[in-house]
Formats: sequence, C-alpha cells, structure tokens
Amino acid sequence: MIDLPTLRAEADALGQSLPALLASAERLSSALAFGEHGRKRAGQGADFWQYRPAMPGDTARNIDWRRSAKSDAPFIREREWQASQAVTLWVDPSRSMAFQGAKSRPSKAERAAVLALALAIALLKGGERVGVEGQGRPRTGMTQLGPIAQALAAQHSAEFGAPSLNDAISYGRAVVISDFLGDLAPLQAAMAVAADKGVRGLMVQILDPVEEDFPFDGRTVFQSMGGGIAFETQEAGDLRARYQDRLAARKAELAQMARALGWHVSCHHTGTPALPTLLWAHQALGGAP
Amino acid sequence: MFSALTFAQPLLLLALAGLPILWLILRAIPPAAKHLRFAAVMLLLGLKDEERQADRTPWWLLALRIVAIGAAIVGFAGPTFNPAPATLGSGPLLVVLDGGWADAPDWAARRGKAAEILAEAGRAARPVALIQLSDTPQTPVFQTADAAIARLNAADPAPWLPGEMQAWAQALPEGDFASFWLSDGLDHPGRDDLRAALAAKGDLRVYQSPRVVLALGPAKIKDGAVTVRVQRPLGGPASEVQVIGRGPDPSGIDRELARFTLTLEQGATGAEASQSLPPELRNRLNRFEISGVQSAGSVSLADDSLKRRKVAILAGGAAKEGLTLLDQTHYLRQALAPSAELIDGALTDVLKASPDVVILADIARLTTGETDALADWVDEGGLLLRFAGPRLAASDISRAEEDPLMPVRLREGGREIGGAMSWGAPRPLAPFPEGSPFHGLAVPVDVAVTEQVLAQPDPDLPQRTIAALADGTPLVTRKIMGDGQIVLFHVTANAEWSSLPLSGLFVQMLERLAVSSGSGLPKPETLKGQTWGPLRVLDGYGAAQSGEDLSGVDGEVLGAALTKGPAPGLPPGVYSEGARSLALNAVGDKTVLAPAVWPVSQQIEGMQTTAARALKGPLLALALGLTLLDIFAALWLSGRLPAFARRASAVLLLALMPLHVPLAKAQTTPADDLAIAATDGVVLAYVITGDAAMDQLSEAGLLGLSDRLTERTSIEPFAPMGVNVETDELAFFPFLYWPVTPGQALPSPAAYDRLNAYLRSGGMILFDTRDGDLSGSGAATPEGDTLRGIAQGLDIPPLEIVPTDHILTRSFYLIQNFPGRFDSPVLWVEAAPLQQEAAEGMPFRPQNDGVTPVVIGGNDWASAWATDEYGAALYPIGRGEGGERQRETAYRFGINLIMHVLTGNYKSDQVHVPALLERLGE
Repeated sequence: MIDLPTLRAEADALGQSLPALLASAERLSSALAFGEHGRKRAGQGADFWQYRPAMPGDTARNIDWRRSAKSDAPFIREREWQASQAVTLWVDPSRSMAFQGAKSRPSKAERAAVLALALAIALLKGGERVGVEGQGRPRTGMTQLGPIAQALAAQHSAEFGAPSLNDAISYGRAVVISDFLGDLAPLQAAMAVAADKGVRGLMVQILDPVEEDFPFDGRTVFQSMGGGIAFETQEAGDLRARYQDRLAARKAELAQMARALGWHVSCHHTGTPALPTLLWAHQALGGAP
Repeated sequence: MFSALTFAQPLLLLALAGLPILWLILRAIPPAAKHLRFAAVMLLLGLKDEERQADRTPWWLLALRIVAIGAAIVGFAGPTFNPAPATLGSGPLLVVLDGGWADAPDWAARRGKAAEILAEAGRAARPVALIQLSDTPQTPVFQTADAAIARLNAADPAPWLPGEMQAWAQALPEGDFASFWLSDGLDHPGRDDLRAALAAKGDLRVYQSPRVVLALGPAKIKDGAVTVRVQRPLGGPASEVQVIGRGPDPSGIDRELARFTLTLEQGATGAEASQSLPPELRNRLNRFEISGVQSAGSVSLADDSLKRRKVAILAGGAAKEGLTLLDQTHYLRQALAPSAELIDGALTDVLKASPDVVILADIARLTTGETDALADWVDEGGLLLRFAGPRLAASDISRAEEDPLMPVRLREGGREIGGAMSWGAPRPLAPFPEGSPFHGLAVPVDVAVTEQVLAQPDPDLPQRTIAALADGTPLVTRKIMGDGQIVLFHVTANAEWSSLPLSGLFVQMLERLAVSSGSGLPKPETLKGQTWGPLRVLDGYGAAQSGEDLSGVDGEVLGAALTKGPAPGLPPGVYSEGARSLALNAVGDKTVLAPAVWPVSQQIEGMQTTAARALKGPLLALALGLTLLDIFAALWLSGRLPAFARRASAVLLLALMPLHVPLAKAQTTPADDLAIAATDGVVLAYVITGDAAMDQLSEAGLLGLSDRLTERTSIEPFAPMGVNVETDELAFFPFLYWPVTPGQALPSPAAYDRLNAYLRSGGMILFDTRDGDLSGSGAATPEGDTLRGIAQGLDIPPLEIVPTDHILTRSFYLIQNFPGRFDSPVLWVEAAPLQQEAAEGMPFRPQNDGVTPVVIGGNDWASAWATDEYGAALYPIGRGEGGERQRETAYRFGINLIMHVLTGNYKSDQVHVPALLERLGE
C-alpha cells in the first residue's frame, strides 16, 4: 500500500523544504552547527554559558584564569549544557488509518507516514536521535532513515491501534501519530508508562475531512475498515450533529490527557497541506524546555 | 363517449390483470441500504435513529407505480378516440380528387393521402379508380392500384376549378363501389349531385383539409389607384395577407414593384387594398400574387386594362374659340381621357415624352426634322394615327409618291358624298373584313360618311385597307413600318365629315387599335372574330409557362371564359392579339368562393381528425412522467434526494425551463463583477504574466502582504486579484505588482494606453525583475531585457535610486533597505525635483506631491511575502533567524509601500507640523 521508495522520496521532499529548525531559535541564529540543544543551564557543552565564582569542590582545571585575573576571586567558566534529544515515533499501523475519504486525498496512513518521516528527516539532520517504537533505541545519523521508513510502512490487521512507548528512553521525546478513533484506554496506559519515564511529546491526530463533516444521508450501514464492527442507521443525516459532538468530545478528551501530562496535541486533516503541521511538530519538539 | 374508444392491440389489455401481482411484489421491497467503510464507526456506536423508516413501500408510491404501468399497458394497446373508419367497405374503390388550383398548395399531402388509400386498397387486392374532377368528365375505369398510383404520381393540379360535376355524376360506372373524396373545401357547381351519386353507390369518406383557400381577384383600377382583392370561402380569424405586384424593371428583370397589405377581418370573407402607383410603375406590372401561397388562384395577371397609354394629340390650325364641338380633337379627347394619359405640346417636345400613340388630326405638313423624328419613333414601335381633314385634302402630300408617314397615296382633292352638291347619299360602312383589327365589331347602321379623302388604287391598297365604306372605298388604311404602324382615318376626327366619331364604334375601334385600353371586362361580342394567342399561361401552382406552343383561342370563347373562369383547354394566362393583351385569371372578377357544405350525416376527415386522436402518445408520456416522478419519490424515500438533487436538479431545471435561462442570466457582465469585487474594498492586484507558477506566487505573495497589513495596520485589503492588462479595467486598483518573467509578451498598444492612463491618475506599479537586481548592476539578465521592453511603451518619469530620505523609508516603519528574497539595496523610484535641499533642522527634503508611479527592483518580494492560506510562509528566506529577520523587513517594506500608495506623502507632511504650529502661533 505504501510504496517505500515513493514514501522516502516524498518525505525527503517535505523534509528538505524545512530549514534546519532546531529547538532553540536563539541557538540557531548563532550556530549553524546542528546537534546539541542548549538546555539553558550549565552543563556539558561547547558554548559559553556564564562565569560564576568558584565554589568549594570546583576543580582548578575549570577556573578561567583570564576572567579571574580581572578581579580578586577566582571564576569558573561554565558552559551550557547541551544534549541531543531522543525522539521516539509511533505511527498507528492499524486498519483504521487506511481510510481515504476521497480519491484526491491521501489516506490517513499515507499522510501519517509522510509526516513522521519528514519529521524524522528534519530531526536527523538536526543531529537528534530518532527511532520508531518497536525498532529499539533511537539512533542518530541519516542511516537510521531506512529502518524508520521500513517500520513506518508496516501494516497491522488490528482495527484500531494501541500505542506503546516502551522504546522511548527516559526524558526523551515521543511523537504519537494516530487518528485516535479507537478505544483510548491503551493510549492512556502507554502514556502513563511514558510519563513515569519522564517522556513528553506530541500527539498528532490525523483525520479525513469526511470524518469531520460526516456528509452522509439516507439508510446506511457503516463498517469499520477491517469490517469487524458495523453500525446501521436509517437516516445517517440525522446522526451528523450527534456524531460531531462525540468527535469534539474525543478531541477534548485527548487535549485533557495531553495537558495533564504536559504533552502537545494537534489535529491534522488529510485535506490540508502537511507542512504547517510539520512545522508545528518540529517547533513543539524543539521549543519544549 | 367511450364507444368511440378503440384499441389497435386489444389483447395487450389482458396485461392489466397482472397489476395486482405488482402490488404484492412492490410492497415487500424496502429501499436498499448503502454499505460504507468508515473509520470513525466507533463514535457512532450506540446512537439511535430518531425515526424508524418504513420498510414497506408507502401506498401512494405503490399507486403511482401501478398507474404508471397501467398507463403504459393501455398506451401500448393503441387506444384511439373517435377513430376514423379503418376500412372503406370492400370491393372497388373510387378515389376522387378535386384537382383544381385550390388543391395546389398542399398537393403533395393530398397526393400522399390518396396514394396511401390506393396502396391500402392495393394490399387488399381491390380494383381502384382515380378521377380528378378538374378533368373533362369521363367514365372512371377500375384498374389495379399500381396503375392508379402511377397515374396519381403524374397528376398535377389544374389551374382551374372543377366545373361540371353533374357530368361526372352521370359518368359514374355501373355497380357498387366505395369512394374516397379528397375535397378542396370549396363548393363547385353540381358538387352535391356528385356526392349523392357517390353515396348511392356505397361508402363515401370525405377528406377535407382545414387549410383556408385564399384567392386573389384581378387587379383593377379604381379611382386611379391599383386595387387588389383577396377572398376566402369562410370567415375565419383575422389575418393579414401580403399581395405582391411584380413586373420587369427597365432592364427587363422581373422584380417586386408593389406590395399590398390586406387585413382580413375576423369573420370577413374578403378584403381589398389599393395603392396609387406612378404610371411608369403601373404600366410595368404584369403579375400579382399572394405572398407565400402557391396556386393559380393566388395569382392574378395584369393586362392592358391596367395600363394607361400616353397619347399625344396634335391638331392643325388654331383652335377656334367657342366652337368646342367642332374642334378636331374634341371627340378624341372625350374618348381617350378616361383610359389614357393625354400629352399636349409641340411635336418634337411630345416625342421626348415617349408616347405610345401620336395622333395627328388633319396635319399635312411636317418639317423634315419632324418627319425624321416621327419615322424613327414609329420604327421603334410607335403608333401614328392620322385623321384626314380639309388641310390634308388641300395639300399635295403623298400625291405623286407615298409619304413615309402616310399609309397610302391620296388622290387630289377629296370626295363629297350626299352633300348639297353631290348625287349620292351618305355611305354607310361595310362589315370589317377578316384580317382587319376591327373584324367582329358590329357596324351600326346610322354611321355614315359624307366626305373623305380618297386613296390612290395602288397594288397594295387592299392589304392596307382595314375598314371600308359600303362601296368599297377605303375608310381606314394602315401601313406597318418597322415595329410600329401608321393608321390613317380617311375622315376627320370631328363630326364634320362623318358621324363615326359620334358612335360607340369609334371608341371600340380606338380600343382595337390599342390607342386606348378598355375599361372593365370586354364583352364577348367585342372579341368576336379574333384569334387570341396565349402569351404566357399559368399552371396549377401559379407558375407562368410560355404559351407559344398552345393554339390560339377564339375571341368569343375567351370572352365567355372571362366571366366563367378558365376551363380545360383554356388555362389562365395572358392572351394577345396584335398589340393588345388580355388576361384570363383563375379567379375572375365575379368569382365568389363558397365553402363546401356537406350533409350532417357525412363524416368529414381532416378538419375533425384533431378530435379523432390516437391516445397512445399522451398515455405513454403520462407513464414516462410518472416513472420519472417515481425516481424522485424513491430517492426521497431513501433519503438520497438532497445529494442527488444538488447535482441533478439544476440540470433538470435547466432542461425543463430553457425559456427562463435568458431571464435568469446574471444581470451583470464579467466586467461588472470584476468592478464590484475590486471596489468593495482595497484590493492588491498583480499582473497576470501567463506563467501559471509565477501568477500563483504573485497571488500568494500579495495574500501574505494583505494578511500582514490587516494584522498591523488599518488597511484591510481583500483577497488579491490578478488583472489582465489587455482586458481588465485597471482604475480600481491602487497598486499593481508586476513580476517580470523572461519572454513575457509585451502589452498591446491599447493596453499601453490604459497603463499610461493608470500611471498618470495615481496608480503604482511595482516592477520586480526577481533577479536580485543583477540587471541593475549592469549585468544583462533576461528579466532585465524584458523589463526594458515593457517599460519602453510606458510613460515613466525620470528615476533615481531611492534616496535615504524618501517617503518609502518612513511611511509606516522606519526602514533603510527593501529586501525580498534577495537583499539588494537598489530600488528605483521617481526622481525628486532638483535643487531641493533639506531645510535647516529638517531631516528630510520637502517631497513632491503624489505617489511615485513606478517602483522598480529585483528583490523578488512575492517570494518573501508568500504565504499559504494557513498563514505559513511558502518559501525559505535566507538562513535561520537572519532569514526570518529579512522576511520581516520584506513585509515592512511591503507595508510601507502600500501605505505610500494609499496616503501619498502624508508622512512627509507630518514633519512640517512643528513649523506650521509655530506659524499659527505668531
């Protein structure tokens, strides 16, 4: 269903149109060197952070003699703590994502894969470590792109996806891309596990415009993408308002869940361009402290 | 009523018995459900339908379907209401056609109808006979249908009306037979006798077309105007009829010369119209026809009665006052005035008016010039009519040898008979000899001649004598010369020498000589003894044929036909005798068209067939309509109507109501739409380059700039528009962004005119070469070349590189560079006037009023401004933060530019405020 080379090419194209946007805009302006993010605090890194008076316990090696010579007390030159991020992607591989509301639009799965891969390319270019859930720990380098693309193309037979974030490393980032139309309990469980590990991240909900608008009328039997669940109605048009209420409630629930755990959530429609969402995701990942 | 309802296929009606089965089948089928894959089905689970849909077909839909199918079954069974008898009995069949000119307009239809009847009879192997009542009556012969159809195909309508129907009735064959009569709807003499005779022989079906027969009577002169009359047999609704008068134009080509419009009032059977025409035109008219009708009855030919001849009368000697009755020309004038145009004057003057006839009453001597002119005129067809008199008798003209303008030589002196000094009694006239134009005219006994001039007994005198006295002396002699003729009356034109001018014969003789044209119908007696040759004759359709190969007609017969109408062997047409012509028209002066009246018992087809209509069509249409209705009803029931209606109903409505389309058409033109859209608010516009990608970029760029303007300033532009400089009105747009692409087509001269007017009236164009202003630094780029080409035709003032104190640097933001995707400092604007120095303490020079008409640069601003509809930038600018900063400056430049466009140098004036306040305070 998803042609690997095509997917790779598409994602490449999308990824290339991004300027290498790293998390901190300040950093970016001064250094075109990709990789570590300044953590706005002292630590391991190459860039100057601040001078502070030497305290007991500081090694003599760390004393900046040039600064200390200007005053009476010895000063320690601190560098900013820089570290690369580890981002774990989870893209819903379930049948539900195969939905395609119109021939002119990509299916949700295609859009999700393109988004995830573009994000991965941008992150990898930025020197981040990226991995896909189920593929082991996130790694850096563009060679990682092949395995990621392969993992994204995988399909499951489950009706709805249940995310797991076991591969997310502690205090790393996670990106969960799904339509979130199935049961939310597995998601909640997975996020609770992630939250325990200090993992934060983004939830991107991918919806087809048809799923927003519910443009159906008349006697209709709705079947899930796998065919396992069926629902029959005599007058689909009458259900529109109530369906949309439920969808809004679902979105609110997601937002509530994200807010509780310090995650970001966004809804993307396959009818719109992928770029704004990608920009948002990149920014949300980088902008997070 | 229903007794008249018959079915072509009655067995089909048995299918109606199947309708109850339909009831059982149809009511058990609920509308089918759609099956859809839908990912969000989880969200739907548990929702309840508000109303259960009936899974049985509603009774009214069922009824609709049953009626539709019932209508279809009945329709296919071929019901006919008030049907015509399908057969005409059995045995021999006689098909009767009227066959007169009244049939001509729809002859093809009639022939087709008759052929159909004949072919049907042929299939039944019935002997048939075909008669055309306009033929001479003869006993019909029954033959095979094929032979009858062959005869029918060769038959044409006659240019007369059927006349002797009693004769036909008597000529009917023995034995019983059925008859089919295609009547023309007119009453003909003896028609009822024939009908009775046919009805007595067997079944009689009458077919009569509802078409109205129109007939045109002969054109007449009434009070000096040409009058035409149209009649119809039955007073119908009011209608208008055009009658066209035709004739040759001076070059001999047949043309329409006059047109009469007649209004037949409601219920009236006839109408008249008259028109006064100049004689030149009137004399040329030779044919009148009803426009759009093809039959001999709608054509009326014109003859001499319509013509007014020009007659010049010259008399010798001065007129003697008080002696009118003795005047030489008095009787001539009396005889000619009603029907001819008389010309007076000197001979040479008169000839210039090209008269038809010149009458010389007792004129003997003519000058050589006059003689030659007259001789030439006679040669060309003129008629020279001379009268004798004392002067002629006394002169020696045509004595020794024949004068060219005299038919005979004359003996000296005259002869006096029965006078006081003579022996004999006055001489009466001899009957006119055969070959004389006067042959056939009755000679009144009281006409006597007392004096005359005598002709020399030359060898050709007998030939030239066309009237003589009882003793054989010539009274009227004639000589043919060239195309014309010279006629000499051997007596005076007044009553001095004879009583001839006092008699009616004199007038008739003049008529026969075509000196005057007779008014009214000539009496058969006056035509007696002449043979008239047909010049042109009409066929049944009213088309003129040459009559050369037809034999001449005796005048008496022709005269009778003038009142009775044409008959077999005597077709309508123009007949001529000598120089005279006479028209025999299909519709005479006295002809009255009467409608055919049939007994009440006789069924008439044609007119009434409208009632005897086959119901198959309406029933099938009803079935079809109900089926269509059923489609909509079914769609509505299954809830699919709204979606379907969106697509289909518009199409359907358009198809059903084509008449409303022009009304519903938008009242505004595209140009109006553009004007309304462009003037609802401020609209930034770009010039359409024809390069689709470039135009998209321009639009996106202006959209981004418009968004920034809305966010940051009180300018809230509407969505940007593309303008075509060739066609669109530019005056609505304060600002045009013109990206220059290589090879862009140059505007047309008209577009240049409009662009210059736009620039002069305060518009601004931002030219963007999008090459980083490489061209500005001297390098030739394709864009730069194109810009040079475009700008050549534009009225652009002197330019300078934007100075640091230019209004563009501070109209909203304070900026000093104007980057787009590129960041070249070079930007060209209208040069400030020279010798302008900044006043003491002022940071800026005083600015010239108005807006710089053009701004030229190459920084590709559109790319920097461009956003998509979600407000995200479309193109990366520079690198990272610095790039974003450059984009921001680009926006600021855009905002400054639009501010400058809309407010002019307002910001420049602001710097004078302190000085103004200071002055006010003083």
